[in-house]
Amino acid sequence: MIQPDFSADWEPKIIAFCCNYCAYAAADLAGSKRMQYATNVRIIHSPCTGKIEMEHILEAFEKGIDGILVAGCLEGGCHFIEGNLRARKRTDRIRDLLDEIGIGGDRLLMINLSAAMAPTFVERVQEIVETVKAMGPNPLKLSNQRESA
Amino acid sequence: MIVASPKTVTELKNQLARHQKALFVGCGTCVTVCLAGGEREISIASYAVRMARKIEGKPLELTQVTIERQCENEFIKDLADLAAKAEVIVSFGCGAGVQAIAERFPTKPVYPGLNTQFLGILEEQAIWTEKCLGCGDCMLEQFGGICPVTRCAKHMLNGPCGGSTENQCEVDQDRPCAWQLIHARLKSIGQLDRLEAIIPPKDWRPAWHGGARKIIRKEHRV
Repeated sequence: MIQPDFSADWEPKIIAFCCNYCAYAAADLAGSKRMQYATNVRIIHSPCTGKIEMEHILEAFEKGIDGILVAGCLEGGCHFIEGNLRARKRTDRIRDLLDEIGIGGDRLLMINLSAAMAPTFVERVQEIVETVKAMGPNPLKLSNQRESA
Repeated sequence: MIVASPKTVTELKNQLARHQKALFVGCGTCVTVCLAGGEREISIASYAVRMARKIEGKPLELTQVTIERQCENEFIKDLADLAAKAEVIVSFGCGAGVQAIAERFPTKPVYPGLNTQFLGILEEQAIWTEKCLGCGDCMLEQFGGICPVTRCAKHMLNGPCGGSTENQCEVDQDRPCAWQLIHARLKSIGQLDRLEAIIPPKDWRPAWHGGARKIIRKEHRV
């Protein structure tokens, strides 16, 4: 197994798939309120977490992303009724797969929040950043670098 | 339809341990419907196996394709070009698909990507249940359309056994007693008198006990 590179200047890269109706607005609100959170996160605007396919997440990990946050509406509050519930089942499945593969399921986190919950968004972003920092870089990143070298 | 379940990533990885170039072949018929070996499922399996191999430092070159039906040579022959470029083929079809591909490409190793389970139906979203053993001598008319050979844990033809509790099978509390279902069904179609008949022991000769079966329909032969 490839050992992760814990060089001092390493910072994790994290994607946050944010639902249009809640997390994206919460992130926007956090920005409007000038709340500070880690700059490691790149937000991808999604119409609903139910639109995020398992392949999207796996592709990102294969390309070397260190962590992924899937942020959907509160349970019962999905604009499309059950998109967030489906996303939860899919992320649970991928977490198991990532554990089996050796990448680590904890690199993928799904959260539920409403558009007004900017502080929660900031907290949970911080949480995944800390988790991924503790886990180290995605082991595939080194492998990808080796291949391209 | 034929119902199958996926092998784990570890199983697939172990199968492919000695190879560097693989072709994953999905099947667009039964196993697509049972969400085990269709285009999407082989895509997910490909990601997982590729990543697992990369982590081990032994990258695997993977190509994926899904054909309409793996159990028909007419569709399998389209794989020829891709198969020629691969060291190994992993078939995500049922056992028949795996063997059909293996017959078509005699010099190529062909491994199963799924565990073929049974002939069944979709009970509700993502739940499949077994309904038919393929015994070769259907007796469903006598049992109101509910097969005791498949659905009774004891395969009783003259049931019930007396062990069921609250309509559930004593072997598995989550499974309904087939004979309870047969009784209810015969009652609803007004054929309860069928239960008075003693069914003789089943003739198992048409079943697979004599080895793999073959059907020849002369009227359709060319």
